[in-house]
Amino acid sequence: MAHHGKGKPPRVGDNPVFRRTLLAFVLVLVALMIVAPLVVIAVEAFSRGVGYFAASIADPDTRHAILLTVVTALIAVPVNTAFGVAAAWAITKHDFRGKRLLTVVIELPFSVSPIVAGVSYLFVYGLQGLFGPALQSAEIKILFALPGIVLASMFVTAPFVARELIPLMQAQGRDLEEAATSLGASGWRTFFSVTLPNIKWALLYGVVLCNSRVMGEFGAVSVVSGNIRGQTNTLPLHIELLYHDYNAAGSFAAASILAGLAIVTLIAKVALERQGAGRVQRPSQLAGADSITRR
Amino acid sequence: MRRRVLPGLPLALGITLVYVAIIVVLPLAALVFKAASLGPEDYWRIVSSDRAFASYRVTVLCALAATVFNLVFGLSLAWVLVRYRFPGRRLVDALVDLPFALPTAVAGIALTTLFATNGWFGGPLSLLGIKVAYTPLGIIVAMSFTSIPFIVRTVQPVLEELDPALEEAGQTLGASDLSIFTGVILPLLAPALLAGVSLSFSRSLGEFGAIIFIAGNQPFSTEITALLAFIRLEEYDYPASAAIASVMLLTAFVMLAVTNFMQARALRYTARG
Repeated sequence: MAHHGKGKPPRVGDNPVFRRTLLAFVLVLVALMIVAPLVVIAVEAFSRGVGYFAASIADPDTRHAILLTVVTALIAVPVNTAFGVAAAWAITKHDFRGKRLLTVVIELPFSVSPIVAGVSYLFVYGLQGLFGPALQSAEIKILFALPGIVLASMFVTAPFVARELIPLMQAQGRDLEEAATSLGASGWRTFFSVTLPNIKWALLYGVVLCNSRVMGEFGAVSVVSGNIRGQTNTLPLHIELLYHDYNAAGSFAAASILAGLAIVTLIAKVALERQGAGRVQRPSQLAGADSITRR
Repeated sequence: MRRRVLPGLPLALGITLVYVAIIVVLPLAALVFKAASLGPEDYWRIVSSDRAFASYRVTVLCALAATVFNLVFGLSLAWVLVRYRFPGRRLVDALVDLPFALPTAVAGIALTTLFATNGWFGGPLSLLGIKVAYTPLGIIVAMSFTSIPFIVRTVQPVLEELDPALEEAGQTLGASDLSIFTGVILPLLAPALLAGVSLSFSRSLGEFGAIIFIAGNQPFSTEITALLAFIRLEEYDYPASAAIASVMLLTAFVMLAVTNFMQARALRYTARG
C-alpha cells in the first residue's frame, strides 16, 4: 500500500526535508570548494590596489612569462590538433591490427603524473639521457628551453583532441565518406567537405580543452624548463616564483590571468556542448576500442 | 559485400605513429631504461627507503581520503543536478568542471591562502584546533579539489537514464526511499561510481601542482611521492629520481588497467539499449 495520499507518488529523494538538506549540503560545498578559490584569487590579486595589479601584469618578467606561455600554446596546440585528427581518422575510418593498443597508448598521458612525464623527458634529452651528450656536442638546446617546454606540453595533452573525435567519428560511421569517394572525391576533399563539417564542434571542443591545459601545465613543464626567470618561466611557473618570493599580490595578479582563461574555457565549453560537442559518452573511447576493431 | 576502403590510412597512421613514438613512448621507455639500468639491489634500496616509503604512505592515504570525500560529494552533486530543479542549476553544472580548467598552480596558491591560519577558512578552523595548510589535511583538500569532476561526470549520465519505472515498482511494493536507493538505484550506479572512483584516485596519486603549495613538504610527514621524485632531481640524484618515478609509472599502469576494467563494466550497464 502506498503511503502517499495523493495520486502520483514522488520519486525517491523528493521528500521536501531530504531535498532541502541535500541541496544545502551540496551548494555549501560548491561555494566552499569551487567558488571560494575563484573569489580568493580576485580578492588577493587586487589586495594592494588596482595600480599594483596593473604594475604586476606589466612587469617585464610577467610579460615574458605570458609571451612564453602563448608561444608554447601556438606551437603545441596546432601540432596536437593535427595529430588528434590524423589519429581519429586512422582509428575510426580504417581497419588495421593493433588499433586497440594504439588507442590505449594515445590515452596513456592521461594516467601518467605530470612529474613522471617531466622526469621521463629529462632521460631523453638531458645530459644523463639517451640523446643528451649528442645534443650537447651538436649545441642543440632542448631542455631548459622552448623545445623542451613544448614537448612536455604535447605529452600531457596528447589525448585531448583525439579523445573528443574518436567516439564521435566512430558513432558517425563511414557511410558518408564511402559515398563521397565512390563519387570520385579525393581523400582530402572528402575530409574537408564531408567529415570536417560533422566534427567541427567536437574538434573545437578538444582544441579549447587542449589549449587550457597547455597554458596551465605546471608539473611537467616545471621539470623541463629549469625555471630561469625571464627566460624559461611560463606563466604557471612564474606564479610559483612570485608566490615563494612572498609577493602574494603579484602572484595572484598573474594567477588571475589564468583564472580568467579558465572561466573563458568553461563558457566556451558550455557553448560548444549546446552544439552537441562533448556529448558522446566518455567511457566509450576505451571500452569502445573493442567495438571499433569488431566493425 | 566488400567494404570500400577509404583513402588516407598511410598518411594518417604514419603521423599518428610518429607522434606517439616521439612524444609518448620514447620518454616513458627512456625512464624505464634508466630505472632498469640501476640493477635490482640499488633499485630496491631506493624505492624501499624509509623516506620513499613514508611518501607512498602519505600519498596513498591522502588519495584514499580525498576519493572517499569525492564519492559522497560527487554522488550528491550528480544527484542534485539530475533530479532537482533549482535556480542556478546550470551555473553549478558548469562550475563542476572548474577544477579541470583551473591550472593546478593557481588552485594550489588559492587553496593555501584559504586554508592558511590567517585565511578565510583556516582562521576559523584553527580556533577549533584544526590545522589544514601544511598538514596531510591540506594534501587531502588539494587532491579533493582537483578530482571533483570525475565522479560527478561518470555518474551523471547513468542517473539521467535511470528508468523511473524501477523506482515506482519499489514504491508500489511499499519500500522506503532508503531501501529503494540502496537496493535498486545504488546497484545500478555502482559501475559508474567505481569507474569515477578509480579515475579520481589515480588523479590524486599523480597530482603535483595543487599539492606542493599547501602540503608543507616535510619529509616523512607531508612529502608526496611526486615531490620526492622532483627533489631527487634537484639534488642531481638522477638514478633515485628515475627509480621513484618508475614506481609512480607502474602504479599508473595498474590504475589504468583497473580503470579500463571498471569503465568497460560501466559501459555494459549504460549501453544496454
